[in-house]
Amino acid sequence: MLVKEALDKYGKTPDKLIGAMLAYQKSTLCNYLTEEDIKEFAKETKIPESRIYSIASFYSLLSMKERGKYIVMVCYDVPCYINGSVNVVNELEKILEIKMGQTTTDKLFTIEYSSCLGCCDKAPALQIGATLYGNLTPEKISSILSTYRGKKDE
Amino acid sequence: MNMLNIKINNKEIKVAKGTSILNAAKEVGINIPNLCYHPDQEVKANCRVCVVEVHGAKTLQASCATEVKEGMVIRTNTQKVRQARKVVIELLLANHDMDCTSCKKNNQCGLQEIAANIGVRESRFENVLEKQEIDTSSPAIERDPNKCIRCGRCIQMCTEVQGLAILDYVGRGGLVDIKPAFGMYLNNTACVACGQCSVVCPVAAITEKEDIEQVWEAINNPNKTVIVQTAPAVRVSLGEEFGMEPGKIVTGKLVASLRALGFDKIFDTDFTADLTIIEEGHELLKRLNEGGTLPMLTSCSPGWINFIEQYYPNLLPHLSSCKSPQQMFGALVKGYYAEKIGKSPEDIFSVSIMPCTAKKFEAKREEMSIDGKNFDVDVVLTTRELAKMLRQAGVDFNMIEEEKYDAPFGLSSGAGVIFGATGGVMEAALRTVYEVVTGKTLENLDFKAVRGLEGIKEAKIDLDGTIVKVAIVHSLSKAKKIMELIKEGKADYSFIEIMCCPGGCIGGGGQPFGGTDELRIKRINAIYEADKELPIRKSHENPAVNKLYKEFLIEPLGEKSHHLLHTKYVDRKK
Repeated sequence: MLVKEALDKYGKTPDKLIGAMLAYQKSTLCNYLTEEDIKEFAKETKIPESRIYSIASFYSLLSMKERGKYIVMVCYDVPCYINGSVNVVNELEKILEIKMGQTTTDKLFTIEYSSCLGCCDKAPALQIGATLYGNLTPEKISSILSTYRGKKDE
Repeated sequence: MNMLNIKINNKEIKVAKGTSILNAAKEVGINIPNLCYHPDQEVKANCRVCVVEVHGAKTLQASCATEVKEGMVIRTNTQKVRQARKVVIELLLANHDMDCTSCKKNNQCGLQEIAANIGVRESRFENVLEKQEIDTSSPAIERDPNKCIRCGRCIQMCTEVQGLAILDYVGRGGLVDIKPAFGMYLNNTACVACGQCSVVCPVAAITEKEDIEQVWEAINNPNKTVIVQTAPAVRVSLGEEFGMEPGKIVTGKLVASLRALGFDKIFDTDFTADLTIIEEGHELLKRLNEGGTLPMLTSCSPGWINFIEQYYPNLLPHLSSCKSPQQMFGALVKGYYAEKIGKSPEDIFSVSIMPCTAKKFEAKREEMSIDGKNFDVDVVLTTRELAKMLRQAGVDFNMIEEEKYDAPFGLSSGAGVIFGATGGVMEAALRTVYEVVTGKTLENLDFKAVRGLEGIKEAKIDLDGTIVKVAIVHSLSKAKKIMELIKEGKADYSFIEIMCCPGGCIGGGGQPFGGTDELRIKRINAIYEADKELPIRKSHENPAVNKLYKEFLIEPLGEKSHHLLHTKYVDRKK
């Protein structure tokens, strides 16, 4: 997808911008916006470059850092924390051999903290794409990740 | 007008509907401390210093963002309010480089002043500042993120008034910063160096690049003849730095204090403002007569030059080829005056006192030098820097007795003085062009239609049957509008004056901190008063200018003028 295509689809007015940026970001290989992308958005929408950059830096769903194909978002809020999200993070870091915030060398996974995912009844929880995984224990992590390993492009 | 009854600190008053608590309090003599509020800007309400207690409200209210209501009972100084303000200031200080004694804005800082006034005596929070690099890439302004309190005044100025949006918030929550896109150095952005951000910054996060030491060195070097020129706008603002009423004309004190600092010759940029009118006026007539590119645009304001070169390079043919008065002056000092006093240009150190930060950039343009090394203007100091030098030297500005400029470049007309206000260059040009074209004497010298703070002004003048339509623009958001009109072929003007800063040079980025429209109007009024007081009010009647043509330049737009007083502007699109 091109920046222009995303904007044609969503509209070029400021209120449509975030939707277009998210759709475009999703279509990129490494799940992030480059400097050129931000300049392109500015050029096409006539919104100042500094404002587009400001928006990209504000929302955690938008990234300006190269990321993996799948973003593993681990809830960082209190109920998940009490129920052992730390253990989930440790297990993720161990299996993927990266630290929180980093991306695997095969560019498949990035682990990030997220604010409340809205399912405190299933704490601790994480989300990958649109799929939520709750009531986690370290033992469940490996099989969750493996479902994504051999996955073809949707 | 709908008036409301309210009570502030037990005093009952009537205030107009729509008034904020902050402004209502001013009416009863209470100044509520504030940092992000600015009278000419949208209310931001993010610093939370201006909180007050409103009877019946659960929480403290930001007085800048709360309008008065009928029967409102407000208290601005309760224990709760004072505690809250202290916490806010302490929190700001905990993320601030608190090196006040070596800070460029020591004694001129809003944060420091409030901390002192509300009696902050301890810092209960650990300082968590993570030091960032100071951006010294621009020859005109410096950005120190370690001083920034994220009030957002600079963003509004750059975006709303100047229409550039170089700066914006980056990040979120406690980690938010104000900086250019991608964290770029200012010099790599399309910043025009106007310095308006520095005028509204309440702290020392954005300031002019300080060049004071170079001037002290030159003054103390016995081999240098140090020559200084002063811009028109400085004489109506410098007094503010020493506690004088805004709009006080301090021309004589300015000259005397420069002499006290040790400058060898004190000249007036107004002289070359007059010269600009002769050259630019003739250029306009030539374009009108020979079918040149119209509308012709003025070229005095370096912030505006940076703007057209970077944003509208295709329209450069519209720009007058005249150098700005500062650079004409520099070229004359090194290319004419030096020889006249038997010196070589290398022995001359040329300083200018400007209301402007972009002038620092302009002076460093390669074409504004003899050989790429020896610049026509060696150092540009802002009004603020001159005030600093005077304080360093212990000059008592209030006491010092007035003196006069030196000959020959100290003589100028009222037309030269009004260059400092928006519409001034146009008015000065009209006074001369009318008389040159018609051969008649102008009865009324005051062109009121071109004066004042309105964004885009228009006027017509009858030159013996030829009606010439002109426009006057100040601030770059308005300049952008005019440039779009020209691009579309819809600007049916012959001549347009464009000034980068709101109000013209009197509102420049190097003027005393804290500029508001109220202040700008006072300075503008002073400029026209100074014009009226002068015996000569038309550039072409300045005898020193006429002598210069007779002895040296020969004729306007002549070969010598071409070499010294005109230049070429270039495409620098980013």
